[in-house]
Amino acid sequence: MAAGFSGRAITLFARIVTAPRAIWSGIEPLPKQRVYFANHTSNADFVLLWTVLPPMLRARTRPVAALDYWLKTPLRTFIGRDVFNAVLIDRRPEERAEDPVTLMGQALAGGSSLIIFPEGLRNMTEEPLLPFRSGLYHLARQNPGVDLVPVWISNLNRVMPKGEIIPLPLICTLTFGAPLHLDEGEEKADFLARSHAALIALKETVPA
Amino acid sequence: MSATPHLIWLLLGVGVILVIATVIGEVLRARIAPDGGNPVIENLNARISAWWGMVVLLSLAFLAGRAGVVLLFALLSFSALREFLTLTAKARADHWSLAGAFFIVLPVQYWLVWIDWYGLYSIFIPVYAFLLMPVVSALRGETKSFLTRVAETQWALMICVYCVSHVPALLTLYIEGYEGRSVILIAWLIFTVQLSDVMQYVWGKLFGRRLVAPQLSPSKTWEGLIGGVMTATTAGAALWWMTPFTMFQAAGMALAVTLMGFFGGLVMSAIKRDKGVKDWGHLIAGHGGFLDRLDSVVFAAPIFFHLTRWFWT
Repeated sequence: MAAGFSGRAITLFARIVTAPRAIWSGIEPLPKQRVYFANHTSNADFVLLWTVLPPMLRARTRPVAALDYWLKTPLRTFIGRDVFNAVLIDRRPEERAEDPVTLMGQALAGGSSLIIFPEGLRNMTEEPLLPFRSGLYHLARQNPGVDLVPVWISNLNRVMPKGEIIPLPLICTLTFGAPLHLDEGEEKADFLARSHAALIALKETVPA
Repeated sequence: MSATPHLIWLLLGVGVILVIATVIGEVLRARIAPDGGNPVIENLNARISAWWGMVVLLSLAFLAGRAGVVLLFALLSFSALREFLTLTAKARADHWSLAGAFFIVLPVQYWLVWIDWYGLYSIFIPVYAFLLMPVVSALRGETKSFLTRVAETQWALMICVYCVSHVPALLTLYIEGYEGRSVILIAWLIFTVQLSDVMQYVWGKLFGRRLVAPQLSPSKTWEGLIGGVMTATTAGAALWWMTPFTMFQAAGMALAVTLMGFFGGLVMSAIKRDKGVKDWGHLIAGHGGFLDRLDSVVFAAPIFFHLTRWFWT
């Protein structure tokens, strides 16, 4: 109950600050199982993506997030684990008990949709999009029935640049592109390049 | 005499116009495209239902008195500023000055209007914000596109905060024999300017042939402009009895504010073209953003304020 209330409070706050606008250009917001993969410039990325999903979809969509960040303080643990029901993965290969792709596969097997950031870390560079890690490819290979939906998030890096405390109330746009699937016999590098290109192509459709 | 009876007449009149518009919109949909397949009719109906919302909101603000009007326009300024600054040039070094625009300059401007400090609210943004905001950006040391960044931020503040705040500022004007009724000035200004916008759209859709500025806007035609301005000027003059103006003065004022409103739409279209967008935002269904609806009022309000202040106070 506290988690449900906090979830609504957080989405309301996100709406007031950024008036986020979802553009479903390549796919409709239907209750199908999907993996939303987005560019990553801010810790609030998945909050915003989660906010613009219709409530019916939101309840079944779990962000994939870094365990070392989200279990650091009790507040973060509450938000990450209870409010967003995040799939928490360990970014340190030597310490982790479970492989991230296995954890994500379990969440998909449980019927959830996922939000992932295939760049693997926040993009602090001038480049629009960093190269993808291989997780997206493994998800696509192991879950051929699931739609992989590229989502370009624009402007959020300006709302709250790293190191700033006060968020600027600028409008953020989230563009949902056409779903991708792994082609038969498609190599890992080819698939990652294709999904990378599909995501960055959405950037061109957003003004400013 | 209190403002209430005249205000109720005006709102009832607007209500009747909206009822007629709603009926026309529904009949058009039922006759031409009952499945909702005609984008022009769907947009028309979305616009009409958004108008209901805007009129209800404005009526509530009028009902709440000066506090309601100042608060409503402060919130409109906030939404407009957000739309404008989303599109302007900025760097990370501008974070503090942009935060200052939202969280200091905007509230202070409306607070000055609220306490009726004309001497300061009329120069606060053109002088103090103008000189001090670039200092905040300069202190962070980023020089790339510096002039563009500070100029666009200042423009955003002038348009979205300074000009918009001149609507509630009308409440502070003291006009002899018109005490306690200045809220009518706001209602009359918004009615006349918005009627001109609506009638420019209607005349343009019905008879529009020759474009005023083909490079700026495909929808602004000479037929629409002349028809809209004439209709709104006639309507504004016909309402002279609730204003401090005579009928001829009201016609002159209506002509001035509708022309300024048209120029506002033109200038704001040029900015949208420059920035590569069709609408400023998406929050008002059928209209676009707040600035798409406010652009004419933005240009008309300060001129209306100063003409009224100069000649009638």
